[in-house]
Amino acid sequence: MSVWLALLLMSALAALAALASSFAASQSRARARDALIGAINDLLPQTQCGRCTYSGCLPYATALAEGTADINQCPPGGDTTARSLARLLNREAKEVDARFGAMPATSMVAWIDEPACIGCTKCIQACPVDAIVGGARFMHTVIADQCTGCELCIPPCPVDCIDMRPFAPRFEAASSMRPQR
Amino acid sequence: MIATVGAHGGLRLEGHKERSTETPIALAPPPECAILPLDQHAGMRAEPVVKVGERVMLGQPIARPQGEISAWLHASISGRVATIEPRPAAHRAGDSTLSIVIESDGRDERWPAHTSMQDFRERDPIVVLEHIARAGIVGLGGAAFPAATKLMGALRSKDCTLLLNGAECEPYISCDEMLMRERAHDIVLGAEAIAHAIGASQCVVAIEEGSSLAEATLREAVSRASAGSIRVAIVPNVYPAGGERQLIATLFGREVPFAGLPTDIGIVCQNVGTAAAVAKWIQDAQPLVSRIVTVTGDGVRRPRNLEARIGTPFSQLIAACDGYTERMHQLLMGGTMMGIALPSDDVSVVKATNCIIAASALDLQPRAAEMPCIRCGNCSEVCPARLLPQQIHLNARASDLEGLERYGLMDCIECGCCDYVCPSQIPLVERFRAAKPELAKHLMARSNARDARLRYETRNERLERLEAEQRQKLEEKRRQARTRSP
Repeated sequence: MSVWLALLLMSALAALAALASSFAASQSRARARDALIGAINDLLPQTQCGRCTYSGCLPYATALAEGTADINQCPPGGDTTARSLARLLNREAKEVDARFGAMPATSMVAWIDEPACIGCTKCIQACPVDAIVGGARFMHTVIADQCTGCELCIPPCPVDCIDMRPFAPRFEAASSMRPQR
Repeated sequence: MIATVGAHGGLRLEGHKERSTETPIALAPPPECAILPLDQHAGMRAEPVVKVGERVMLGQPIARPQGEISAWLHASISGRVATIEPRPAAHRAGDSTLSIVIESDGRDERWPAHTSMQDFRERDPIVVLEHIARAGIVGLGGAAFPAATKLMGALRSKDCTLLLNGAECEPYISCDEMLMRERAHDIVLGAEAIAHAIGASQCVVAIEEGSSLAEATLREAVSRASAGSIRVAIVPNVYPAGGERQLIATLFGREVPFAGLPTDIGIVCQNVGTAAAVAKWIQDAQPLVSRIVTVTGDGVRRPRNLEARIGTPFSQLIAACDGYTERMHQLLMGGTMMGIALPSDDVSVVKATNCIIAASALDLQPRAAEMPCIRCGNCSEVCPARLLPQQIHLNARASDLEGLERYGLMDCIECGCCDYVCPSQIPLVERFRAAKPELAKHLMARSNARDARLRYETRNERLERLEAEQRQKLEEKRRQARTRSP
């Protein structure tokens, strides 16, 4: 009798241990996956433009981690990002696929022709990074410093008053001035 | 006592100061036409407050600061604003930058609206600090960082030490040495005003060993100062002992944190010339309209130190030193180690112009053909910033921005020590200087991306929350409708 009891107890314990270890393994796998997605996302330019066909940088990073996306789908990041992604994911390096859009030569930001703006707030809703300010029936404007140049605000504008302009940085590169700090 | 704790690397260079220190500081005549670049300080360029054709007086504010890191600009002669247009500038190595050009009327009339503040000891420190900010004073050691901005930063730390930098380690420059010899009292007064403004309890004036005349006058001036808390410290004659971080390491044995500032460890460092400029402003209500410039080198007939108005053409200062010799070969602004080569003397003195070198082949030797790096490691032994120049060089050649960041390119102070000792004659500093803007752009893009990501995530959270609230409201309405209808 006691033999059967002991056997039952031991097998129950074994089952419990197996369950716990498989749970821990899946937990650590999920953690590793999250870490990988985070590392990929860190390399992406965070323009949230959706040119990669995913809805933003994080969804693209997730697809890359799952192996369903290729490393050459990010035109704003350009070949530099593609190279870094290839290194991180241990895949073959390749240039950005032109089908996903042209690589910008200079950084561009959205610019609203303010007299033409009717204050419909459609561009504000479209901006993925909250870089447009304004209220309903009031003029809107782009915070140039915060615009990622994703162009998502252009199609919704009913009066077509937004275009892309090259961004002039606030600080000139003072290469010949040498701060001693 | 010679302090020698904590400094790394550096070089003992042959001195050339004695050439320009034989005669006292002379006054250079005010120029016929002063060219004043709007971006002659670090940070954002100043914005003109005068119009073309307007009459201005000596010391009148002509451009005001924009943003936190910027400085006032004052007319250095009286006359008429001839034009505001891009002109070649010394600090841009001869490239054009927007400048205010003033034609002299020869009268040198002073703008009467400035007031002195001789009773600064009785004033509130913040009032003194704001007063100093109006003088357009920048770090006169060569970096031209707005002095008031730096002092504001010192307010964050409770009790800080004021370090006055008189360790002029570049072998040719002697303007600080001459200033200490002749105007030590100004330095002490300026030190007192600055110390009062930032609430510094201690003040240390650092000078290099071997400048005994400067040391003697400075000690005498310090002993006569009313507040007895100023100390003179001697640092070894090692280049670049006068670099801000190097000086702090030498004197206090403490290292300024990476990506940090001296104020993080309770030290604020100013050049002795900056302190003297503060004294001029506090005592005589004279803003920064002139500075001492060393004109030296084998290419000029009578090397000396001149007090020149900001905006004076270099050619005029060379003429005040009896012109070029026939051996004249190359013109530099700054020292031989860190200076900028200039294509012509048709540029003017800016606030950062501490020295003009008319170099002959005896001063600067032409660089031999570049050879491959042999990994001797000399460069990393002399690097005062404890970097590995050979590794940075390899990464710069491969345009590997991540590698450049990892090896700390941005911490390079461009002192030129690695260049000096390289047996393969690789122009290391030139490469590093060229690679810096690209890396800065990369780092900027990354920090922008971080911000964009944060805004994107916050926005998504907000949208989700709004949607949930909407759903809840709908649910509520439905429930109410259901309870009412049966």
